[in-house]
Amino acid sequence: MSYRAGQRVRVAARPHDGHHRTPEYLKGKIGTVERLHGSFTNPETRAYGADGLPKQPLYLVGFAQHDVWPDYRGGHADDRIYVDVFEHWLEAVE
Amino acid sequence: MTDHDHDHDHPHAPITTGDEPLAAARVRALADLLVEKHAIGRDDLRERIDWLVSRTPADGARLVARAWVDPEFKERLLADARAAALELGLDPGPSPVVVAVENTKAVHHMVVCTLCSCYPKALLGPPPDWYKSLPYRSRAVSDPRGVLDEFGVEIEDGVEVRVLDSTADIRYLVIPRRPADGDAMTEDELASLVTRDSMIGVAQPAAQKPIGS
Amino acid sequence: MHDRGGLHSDAPIDRTEHELADWELLTDALVGALSRCGLMNVDELRRGIESMSPVEYERASYYERWLYSVEAIMTEKGVLAAGEVDARLDT
Repeated sequence: MSYRAGQRVRVAARPHDGHHRTPEYLKGKIGTVERLHGSFTNPETRAYGADGLPKQPLYLVGFAQHDVWPDYRGGHADDRIYVDVFEHWLEAVE
Repeated sequence: MTDHDHDHDHPHAPITTGDEPLAAARVRALADLLVEKHAIGRDDLRERIDWLVSRTPADGARLVARAWVDPEFKERLLADARAAALELGLDPGPSPVVVAVENTKAVHHMVVCTLCSCYPKALLGPPPDWYKSLPYRSRAVSDPRGVLDEFGVEIEDGVEVRVLDSTADIRYLVIPRRPADGDAMTEDELASLVTRDSMIGVAQPAAQKPIGS
Repeated sequence: MHDRGGLHSDAPIDRTEHELADWELLTDALVGALSRCGLMNVDELRRGIESMSPVEYERASYYERWLYSVEAIMTEKGVLAAGEVDARLDT
């Protein structure tokens, strides 16, 4: 399944034993897909000597800072954070 | 090229013995071993070192200055920074995708890599120590305004601060805002105002130099 | 402990800069050369760094972490024998 720009998504909150590039601070957070960058080798397998194939779709996902940090400083409601997240770390939000 | 004298209380200075960190002898021994085993060649190392020392923020500054004077180039830069760099004869580096993000009246961008220290070094040269530091990596995402404050950057009311955390193979470059009084300047003069830190997002471009300086 | 986003930090950001030392350039070049020769990729480099203990990780400088990782990954792959670098340093 792929995601469209503007679609709301949640970053999976699952634990992952081993190398992965989804930061802990983002797990479980809900954001909006900004764009699809394309597909790239999977660092989770490539880190252990495999070829990282098949390539996985990678999205730029934007989040409101106050949705990510409970005590985000200054109350600036518009501040956002954008992170590159692989498709297999995203879930659709109803 | 020598190490500066590191403050030994600094937690991230290499352990030193005499003038040189232990790591220096270690990496030389390691390189020797790998060359002897034909795993890599001396030429590979030399080529790579030559490439590294040739990298400077002047390349990134050229992209920004061209974008400032040429709106159509700017659109191409925003669409595909890697291709735009190649268009100017610049080396965009090994990353498959480079994305330029534009600061505007409404948005100020700041780039970090919280997981390691990914950085567009082909276009900006090696990252500064602070970019790789644990405090920057921790606070840039959760307290960007505090970090900007520490760096002396004033953000006007109503401006969105937008942080980019480079967690994957994409490299990000900030196009800072063109100085208001830069209209009479040539492209080269404009490029000289574009600092490395302004392309990371922790500074504004340098002020226009007074005439005659 | 490599995953630093949002961790509490009271430390001011030290903006002292230093020019890369020769050994740091060599370390960077080594990783690049190993990558070009297909012996080690950037994901392995990062995984190797992440295998450091938190204490080692926090104490090490940026390129010391790279060096640690190259040794660990090359030893894991059998390109280097365990202790081979130490042995070379002792000679």
